[in-house]
Amino acid sequence: MAGAMLEGALAAAQELRGEEAGAARGGAGLARNLGIKIGSAIVTLFFVLVFNFFLFRVLPADPARNLARGTTLTATQMAAINKTYGLGLPLPAQFWNYLVQTFHGNLGISFEYHIGVSQVIGSALWPTILLVGTSTVLSTVIGVWIGIRGGWNRGSTFDKTSTAINNTLYAMPDFWLGMVLLIVFASKWFIFPEGGMHSFGGGGTGLAGINDLLWHLTLPCIVLTLVYLAEYSLVMRSSLIDELGSDYLLTARAKGLRDAMVRRRHAVPNALLPSITLIMLNLGFVISGAITTETVFSWPGLGLLSYNALNFPDYPVLEGAFLLFSAAVIAANLIADLLLTVLDPRVRQA
Amino acid sequence: MSAPTDTAPRPPAVTSVTARRIAWDRRRRALARFWREYRKDRDGMIGLVVLVLMIAVALAAPLLASSRGLNVTLATYPVNAGPGWHYPLGTDADGRSVLTELIWGSRISLLIGFAATLLSMVIGAVIGIVAGHFGTLNSWFGRQSDNVLMRVTDWFLVVPFLPLAIVLARTLGPSLHVIIIVIGITSWPGTARIIRAQALAVETRPYLERARALGAGHWHQMSKHVLPNVMPLLLANTILTVAGTILSETTLSFLGLGDPTRASWGEMLNNAFNNGVGTGNALWLITPGVAIIVVVMGFTLVGHAMEAVLNPRLRER
Repeated sequence: MAGAMLEGALAAAQELRGEEAGAARGGAGLARNLGIKIGSAIVTLFFVLVFNFFLFRVLPADPARNLARGTTLTATQMAAINKTYGLGLPLPAQFWNYLVQTFHGNLGISFEYHIGVSQVIGSALWPTILLVGTSTVLSTVIGVWIGIRGGWNRGSTFDKTSTAINNTLYAMPDFWLGMVLLIVFASKWFIFPEGGMHSFGGGGTGLAGINDLLWHLTLPCIVLTLVYLAEYSLVMRSSLIDELGSDYLLTARAKGLRDAMVRRRHAVPNALLPSITLIMLNLGFVISGAITTETVFSWPGLGLLSYNALNFPDYPVLEGAFLLFSAAVIAANLIADLLLTVLDPRVRQA
Repeated sequence: MSAPTDTAPRPPAVTSVTARRIAWDRRRRALARFWREYRKDRDGMIGLVVLVLMIAVALAAPLLASSRGLNVTLATYPVNAGPGWHYPLGTDADGRSVLTELIWGSRISLLIGFAATLLSMVIGAVIGIVAGHFGTLNSWFGRQSDNVLMRVTDWFLVVPFLPLAIVLARTLGPSLHVIIIVIGITSWPGTARIIRAQALAVETRPYLERARALGAGHWHQMSKHVLPNVMPLLLANTILTVAGTILSETTLSFLGLGDPTRASWGEMLNNAFNNGVGTGNALWLITPGVAIIVVVMGFTLVGHAMEAVLNPRLRER
């Protein structure tokens, strides 16, 4: 999704590397760099909280009425709601309350389930981690492999075919691919289940349970893997091609290294760096994919939860999910930055 | 034949040579050169032809299919049926022709794609140019404005797009304008980054120093010198962004955040998903998806071809 945005993100990451290098030369140490990165992640998270606060509490003309969702209220009831939620307080006090509650893990009560939002989100967390984690690992490994093979033998049949397929996958709405697979494999051929995570009445225990889970996981996992694989292999391919003309590859060949060695030991490690940045920065888009794919396959994770909250509408859950998604992406960005510092000596000590 | 001056070519020496005229001549030549290079790119030409056809279909929608076919209360065809004489791509769950919906949907999808991209480009270009321009000023104010703008950009870059768009669209209510605004204000940060980098490079050129020495104000420098120089990059970026915004629109409409009265391709997929497409006309699901892929690929091919012309280093890819 949105190649231009990703290119922007990559440009930002590269620029960040440059800025760091400048800061490091200025006499500041590695520790200070880390401090700046962690600090800026915290500031970003803080602005997510501010945004959340304003969007859900201040933007609606009358939050109390919003909470009551259109039912007529007496003045006493209104006053009671205002008092319970602290809506009569001045804005800074409300914001402070909101911060304190959020950091205590109290994200409000779900309109739909009538239990705490953190509890609702907690129960949906594991399915999403399973789905997103599996497909990220698969798409990374396969995508990088295709990218290396295509980029190294540029213009070969393999390269042309894989690039054409990747470009098509890149232009494809993930949920559409999901629906097509669902109809073909579940509705017509009955090979895979129509959705969900377990069979009715539970999938059994032990090995049978795991089998049942994997059987349900296959289709949504294939969808997410295919969609993100395209992107990773395109990036890996173009960053490997960027390295092809480098002098150090000529040196390696002049030393008499075999082609496979030149590729494995010299070209690929350098070309991997942008891909690592991209894979971490891409978590935001993986989340988008998880929302739609989980909806199509009724996979009971955070994505389906957001979709249901969106249509109910269950504002506290929506708000909590947004906070969690943002925090996850901010953390991933931070990890990508730190990882790059470890992996790339040019960033570490430039 | 009247006066001889009409037929005889006017001597070039008579026409006044103004700065504006020179500039336009130069631009026309640059455009011709661009087109000569672009024409060599086979993928780019395929993309261009596809886009021209798609836009022609969208513009000619009233000629190709009556908009009465979109009205559920006037639908008389069988429900969720396969292809027939009056409905070559079958019908949907309300008995409307899928082909009619597809033709009219192209208008909404392209309209939202272009409008959201325009909004995103304006925000991205303004922020990128302003940050790049004031960032190079050697003053506290300049550095701080660059810092603040880039921090805002980073924020939008980091916060996940779809959850942000969902909460915005949900709280603002489903309508065409809201969708355009939501996509526009969530998709500009990449552009702002690219434009700022380009603006920083432009700012160091001697002609800007000359303009400053002659007393040009900030507005003049940014609008007359920086903007024309980042324009080609901005245009290539625009085309690529349209591909992204059309996909974003599809996703938001699929999740039920679109305008139900003006159905786009995403809205069609939403209907198909919620009204049992699996049991009937498969073309109802397949055709909008294929249309999206074709349009998005068209924009991507054209955008990449433009980039390759502007940046020869990319041509090797």
